[in-house]
Amino acid sequence: MESENEVVGEMERELEEMRECYRSGGTREASWRKSQLKGLLRLLREREEEIFRALHQDLGKHPVEAYRDEIGSLIKSVNYALDGLKRWIAGNKAKLPRIALLMNAKIVPEPLGLVLVISSWNFPIGLSLEPLIGALAAGNAVVLKPSELAPECSSLLANAIPLYLDDKAVKVIQGGPGIAERLLHRKWDKIFFTGSARIGRKVIAAAAEHLTPVTLELGGKCPAVIDTLSSSFDRKVAVQRVLGAKFSSSAGQACIGVDYVLVEKKFSSALVELMKVAMKKMFGENPRESRSVTRIVNKHHFLRLRSHLLDPLVKSSIVYGGLMDEENLFIEPTILMDPPLQAAIMMDEIFGPLLPIVTLNKIEDSIEFISSRPKPLAIYVFTKDESLRRNMVSKTSSGSVVFNDAIIQYLADTLPFGGIGESGMGRYHGKFSFDTFSHQKAVVRRSFLVDFWFRFPPWNDHKLQLFRSSYHYDYLGIVLTVLGLKRTNGVPKSI
Amino acid sequence: MAGAAREDGKPIDSKAALSLVAELRGAFASGTTRSYQWRESQLRGLLRMTDDHEQDIAAALRSDLGKPELESILYEVAMLRNSCKLALKELHHWMMPEKVKTSLTTFPSSAEIVSEPLGVVLIISAWNYPYLLSLDPVVGAIAAGNAVVLKPSEIAPATSALLAKLLGEYMDNSSIRVVEGAVAETTALLEQKWDKIFYTGNGKVGRIVMAAAAKHLTPVVLELGGKSPVVVDSGVNLQIACRRIIVGKWGCNNGQACISPDYIITTKDLAPKLVDVFKSELETFYGKNPLESKDLSRIVNSNHFTRLTKLLDEDKVSNKVVYGGERDPTKLQIAPTILLDVPRDSLIMNEEIFGPLLPILTVDKLEESYHIINSGSKPLAAYIFTNDKKVKEHFVKNVSAGGLVVNDTTIHLAVHTLPFGGVGESGMGAYHGKFSFDAFSHKKAVLYRSFMGDAAIRYPPYTDGKLRLMKALLGGSILGILRAIFGRS
Repeated sequence: MESENEVVGEMERELEEMRECYRSGGTREASWRKSQLKGLLRLLREREEEIFRALHQDLGKHPVEAYRDEIGSLIKSVNYALDGLKRWIAGNKAKLPRIALLMNAKIVPEPLGLVLVISSWNFPIGLSLEPLIGALAAGNAVVLKPSELAPECSSLLANAIPLYLDDKAVKVIQGGPGIAERLLHRKWDKIFFTGSARIGRKVIAAAAEHLTPVTLELGGKCPAVIDTLSSSFDRKVAVQRVLGAKFSSSAGQACIGVDYVLVEKKFSSALVELMKVAMKKMFGENPRESRSVTRIVNKHHFLRLRSHLLDPLVKSSIVYGGLMDEENLFIEPTILMDPPLQAAIMMDEIFGPLLPIVTLNKIEDSIEFISSRPKPLAIYVFTKDESLRRNMVSKTSSGSVVFNDAIIQYLADTLPFGGIGESGMGRYHGKFSFDTFSHQKAVVRRSFLVDFWFRFPPWNDHKLQLFRSSYHYDYLGIVLTVLGLKRTNGVPKSI
Repeated sequence: MAGAAREDGKPIDSKAALSLVAELRGAFASGTTRSYQWRESQLRGLLRMTDDHEQDIAAALRSDLGKPELESILYEVAMLRNSCKLALKELHHWMMPEKVKTSLTTFPSSAEIVSEPLGVVLIISAWNYPYLLSLDPVVGAIAAGNAVVLKPSEIAPATSALLAKLLGEYMDNSSIRVVEGAVAETTALLEQKWDKIFYTGNGKVGRIVMAAAAKHLTPVVLELGGKSPVVVDSGVNLQIACRRIIVGKWGCNNGQACISPDYIITTKDLAPKLVDVFKSELETFYGKNPLESKDLSRIVNSNHFTRLTKLLDEDKVSNKVVYGGERDPTKLQIAPTILLDVPRDSLIMNEEIFGPLLPILTVDKLEESYHIINSGSKPLAAYIFTNDKKVKEHFVKNVSAGGLVVNDTTIHLAVHTLPFGGVGESGMGAYHGKFSFDAFSHKKAVLYRSFMGDAAIRYPPYTDGKLRLMKALLGGSILGILRAIFGRS
């Protein structure tokens, strides 16, 4: 077993080699970027079984969930990047005012250099590779540090990535908080972090030492506001989507999972009944046997979730579920009705299969409820009411807002995915991934042919007037002044 | 009163800073700053303020920096005016949500990106373009609908006081405030929770700002600096090249500008001719006695004067002066100075000069410039004068800087369709034009779905059939989807 010092020494060498590799220019070529993306595609296709096994071992994740949330989503994203790559690399021309004679301007995206991606344990393949897609498409060299809390997936990535990608420019460094700490204090050209706000603060504080830009994908308590829907079809769909977003995506251990529900008092009991029916349909009488609910990742998180239910006022609010199996790290999908708002379950991000329902007098009160709390990564609103829709968008702030569904925004390549305030900074997905790992360099070209002679000292009123005109794009003014036909607005005499 | 201190005249401390932020949060929460009308009225206020007080502004700049009137009007007043006018013209458009296409994976749905203000933002300005660098970011912050606290630089005290007075008179004090002061006041402000911090200045303080922001997960824009190199190739009109370099260097606050040409790299063959042309052009512009010229800003204060003379007087550097070198401590003035082939490890080549000293480094072949440039940290700007297409392309591809200009210097600042910002040590984030609006906005993703179009395959109980169908759907192939539905894949 290598000592940590040896590991660190080796790490330093590897990083220096990677910088050299980047400096040699190989990663900037479009052909290299394309080959890396295609390599990822092959990895996902050829290693699918292994990935299913690793996710099952680390989290008890069912292959359908694994495909829906991780593998399938990644394949979609790689294809989107391959499709857009040429266009993205080309950059954009910038419009110029007509007075800018014989000049052209454009924005040229360039890679940042050597970037660090720190991933999370709940979607250990997805959250490692999705940022990687952007970093590679943008032409960077990348170090990936997967989460040690999903060790099988971490190993899989460490073994597979060197076989499918350029191992001089893309490396996986495994390890726990000690290694992460060491990595954070190196100089990077960008750090991309997915995880908790507590660690997020450490990441940006470490980045500040080197003026390293960061993207932080954090979390929060994502509410699902369920309006009193009149159609029973709509009600069933809303319930299914909310429960699916809570319990069938990593058992609620998801940054964009539904954390809690807000509903009007008068609709709440009907809602709970509908939920119970839907729960039975999705998870059967014995959810533990259904294999459709992910495990809690480890004992620490299991105990954390269990402690929520130790509060007697919280425990007494359980209306469905509540079974906990410490040996198998299993918590059955649980619904609670109006637990005390001061309880930990209502203050901290739950990140588990416990769904509190909070009742309000009017559904419009949900706006105040949400805005008086830290800004979440997403707000989900199930309603057909136009005015509630408008107010939700304009009166609350969150990474995103989704109407009549949940989590699905993760799949949209054209929408930026990121947080605000406590839920994070920066964004990715689609072209936003490419941009987040690029520097948008401004490039202006001039010819030697034309120069406004009045650019140069010594200064006088005449030149000042010409400048005034040119700054106002007042072509006629320029012509007249040059011809001596316009009175000049002189330099203030009082100075 | 938008003024600096509290009512009792004491400088702002932590407690006062906390209550200032709380007050502005209250104002922001009331929704005042979000309306188009408010933003438009504030921008018009800035415009009127600038128009009405052009003379006062030029006077303050003359007092703080000895800045020539033309530079003040041009680079500070006119540019700020243009910023306001552009924002006023485009505000409606900028405020509109951006519709985006959606794909099969979220079908049926519609989506848009909505720009919303961040909340209460802090803008910390610099001393070299104290009017412009204070208000240009404020234009962006207001256009985006935020409440703003501006902290101008204390090293330009006349401008700082003028800003405090004028913003107090012309702007809505419930949401826009100026806090004057130095390190203590800035520290008190940095302890608070802001929704964004915009800082213009140097890398040392930039790190302090980002570390303070880290505590509150506050995003930042840092507009810093660096050593902006100018590569001069042969086969160019040297007179034009020199003029453009001179204007970018001494014509911009006497070299005290973040994007001023810092040093030149040229071939050994070209260097003597280049130096001659510089000498002749400099004399044309500033006369035989440049210390007397009214067209040069002075050095801002004695600290910087001492710093610059130290760079000049270093052993092995002082004998490399080929033009200029005169200084007048009473006037805080240093003449335009050119040095030839100073040692690479000298002080002058290892910190941002920010003054009227221009070292010229010579190389055998122009290609060697890249090694020199890339061995330092990424600057805010880099320039090249060449007529060779290949050389141009190579430069653009291989030099990383905030912005590049071919055959001129500094003008990219005035192109509002280009993002203005640094990379690496020269900063993070960008602004100008719509980029200012974006820098102070949160781009919120909004996805609208209907209750129709739900696929049972999304939900448990999970089966192999669902897995096949899911693969087909995410893979996007119609044939694949049909096969999966009919159970044939």
